[in-house]
Amino acid sequence: MLRDITLGQYYQAESVIHKLDPRVKLIATITFIISLFIVDNIAGYLIAAIFLVCVIRLSRVPFRFMIRGMRTIVFLLLITVVFNLFLTPGEPLVSFWKLTITKEGLRSASFMAVRLVFLIIGSSVMTLTTTPNNLTDGMEKLMNPLKFFKVPVHEVAMMMAIALRFIPVLLEETDKIMKAQIARGADFESGNLIKKAKSLVPLLVPLFISAFRRANDLAMAMEARCYRGGEHRTKMKPLQYKRRDAEAYFVLVCYLAVCIGANVYL
Amino acid sequence: MALILDHVDYVYGGDTELAVHALKDVNLVIPDGQFIGLIGHTGSGKSTLVQHLNGLIKPTGGAIYFNGEDIQDADYDKKKLRSKVGLVFQYPEHQLFEIDVFSDVCFGPKNLGLPRKEVELRAYAALKQVGLEDAFFYQSPFDLSGGQKRRVAIAGVLAMKPDVLILDEPTAGLDPKGRDEILDQIANLHKEMGITVILVSHSMEDVARYVERIIVMNRGSVLYDNVPGEVFKHYRELEQVGLAAPQVTYIMQALRKKGLPVNMEVTTIPEARDEILRVIRA
Amino acid sequence: MGNFITMGIIKTEKLVFEYIRRDEEGNVEGITRAVDEVDLDVEPGSFIAILGHNGSGKSTLAKHINAILYPTEGTVWVDGMDTSQEKNLWDVRQSAGMVFQNPDNQIIGQVVEEDVGFGPENMGIPTQQIWERVEESLKAVGMYEFRKHSPNKLSGGQKQRISIAGVIAMHPKCIILDEPTAMLDPNGRKEVVRAVRALNAAEGITVVLITHYMEEIIHADKVFVMDRGKVAMEGTPREIFSQVERLKELRLDVPQVTLLAHELQKSGVNIPNGILTTEELVEALI
Repeated sequence: MLRDITLGQYYQAESVIHKLDPRVKLIATITFIISLFIVDNIAGYLIAAIFLVCVIRLSRVPFRFMIRGMRTIVFLLLITVVFNLFLTPGEPLVSFWKLTITKEGLRSASFMAVRLVFLIIGSSVMTLTTTPNNLTDGMEKLMNPLKFFKVPVHEVAMMMAIALRFIPVLLEETDKIMKAQIARGADFESGNLIKKAKSLVPLLVPLFISAFRRANDLAMAMEARCYRGGEHRTKMKPLQYKRRDAEAYFVLVCYLAVCIGANVYL
Repeated sequence: MALILDHVDYVYGGDTELAVHALKDVNLVIPDGQFIGLIGHTGSGKSTLVQHLNGLIKPTGGAIYFNGEDIQDADYDKKKLRSKVGLVFQYPEHQLFEIDVFSDVCFGPKNLGLPRKEVELRAYAALKQVGLEDAFFYQSPFDLSGGQKRRVAIAGVLAMKPDVLILDEPTAGLDPKGRDEILDQIANLHKEMGITVILVSHSMEDVARYVERIIVMNRGSVLYDNVPGEVFKHYRELEQVGLAAPQVTYIMQALRKKGLPVNMEVTTIPEARDEILRVIRA
Repeated sequence: MGNFITMGIIKTEKLVFEYIRRDEEGNVEGITRAVDEVDLDVEPGSFIAILGHNGSGKSTLAKHINAILYPTEGTVWVDGMDTSQEKNLWDVRQSAGMVFQNPDNQIIGQVVEEDVGFGPENMGIPTQQIWERVEESLKAVGMYEFRKHSPNKLSGGQKQRISIAGVIAMHPKCIILDEPTAMLDPNGRKEVVRAVRALNAAEGITVVLITHYMEEIIHADKVFVMDRGKVAMEGTPREIFSQVERLKELRLDVPQVTLLAHELQKSGVNIPNGILTTEELVEALI
């Protein structure tokens, strides 16, 4: 059952956005996030909203998948809004008990909320339309210049790919060990914090042993298949910019220009 | 008495289109002291079924009774149930964690809140029951061989003194001698202590050799529930659901086809030998 | 040097592997000889089975053929190359592919086709050819339709076939399978053995199958039985399975038909030694 969880949250569909090079999507996401922090008027946010809606429509991912990611940040969103609402000094709007809502507070609270929501939806678009390994590939390629500074880019990317591959396996294993210990009368739920921490030993020890055994096996299997790091290595699916990627970059530059323009002139 | 499953259903994956009906209307009575083989191909629901028996999974429909009590009752003591219905998972050695063999076996009885003396007595008895020699008791479980680790893990469940012992593929990954040793040991436990044993297995040969009753699962339902000789008569249907009869059944079948009037109900090698001898000497 | 020409695809000569056992403080406790003076000579294109109980040294032996382990004494040649020479390392690993026991722990890719492409990628094969190799390898094991799947959702037998495809995509001359079926159910075992036999028959790849399931090796050209690091028995499956008592001493058994034939023989029925299939037994009895 746990194996059905796909990490990240890739949504399979045939769309332009899905087909874009992961590098484009990574850069676009970063650009979009930057743009959210550049603009600070309603016109700017409208432009961002239009851009986001267009991209979502193009991606053919149902909107409810986009807002799924919101659940995790509801709490953060609430805190941000409350702090901005009540703690921004300025022209008082409403006042009750010891709290005052100011005009500036209302403005910054709503802007902050919109920023956060857009940020989450924006990055969801990327993770929903890009497979995790495509994303790792994109990162590897983008970080390639860092090799010059002796950053082990290939190794980091390989580690991420392996982690992505094994997280579901280890989750399932955790579930299995937990059940096996419960069958031996273990109790993972009751008791105070110290007791709970102690009760994790019968789970964590076997889990670590298993993880190490798997790591050992995997290293051997990789060596047996001639793995020797990033050198001499070719790619089965090399990343190649296509025409649509250039177009996407162009759209992105236009968007950024409009955002800055809106900020300066409106 | 013992275990009764009454119209047990289990669906997971919620109400979405991805929902899986893992168990469908399972009705079983498991009386005390039986030696039962539970077979079915991977994904047939047999692992899900055994996890219901000790309350690890809650049925989405139907009820399970242990000694007359509904195990889903709010005030039913689950911990006690788990000590009475012992479940040994596949590759149980993967759950070992203590610094030495003896402490590991103590884990189960200790969780039951028994006095230290009793815990140790039970651990000792359990290790003896699985045939582990004293010399290994204070070794790290991780230094043992595969077969020995498996014995320790089984002892870990036995130490809780279960009335019902369920073993999921207890011989997986062992060599032929190791397989026989573990199964003989289990058969011995059944004989000497009179506990109910449910052996989940892929191996028809093993099942035929030891059990008195076979339950065949297919797609979450009970397909057959009978004595081995009767179940294996359906070898064609068994093949259709990804299983097979023991090789002996096929040999008997082939001999019959060639005109040797052998009894098709024999399922083990000694039985087959005696049957063939009887027919050719007649 | 002349014997290089007639040398088998895999050859070992007085192969010894020892490792040092240490206690918790790291003090030497003793030396274990896991492989003890083993001589193998495997003809190209043959199907070899290695039997042996757990701990008999068969896996350790296998790891030498792929240069994962190096001999303490003696020599191993793969396709004429001495495995202990560092310059041969990558060629040895490419010539002798290896499939391991645990199906989960040897799949690297998150998509089936990417995993099969892993070996060729490491070898520096051009992209276009990687795709060709991936396609032909997946077709050879009958897993082509699963190429876009995630390995996590496949059955054990399917995963092992992916691993085999991953090895044959490297175009090896021989393939060593170290208990590939130990963790599988009977259907998975059949799938894998069928795939391996097809490879051997159709592509002429030399196969070394390590197992302790007796039914899997009745079609092998030659069987080696290991015990305590040594080759204890050697011969055709029929020759090996004729010695039921000896196999039992070595913690092994024989296929059920063979055992039944043996039992009948002991009871005075006149049938030949080393019956391997139901048909043979029926024929002998009627």
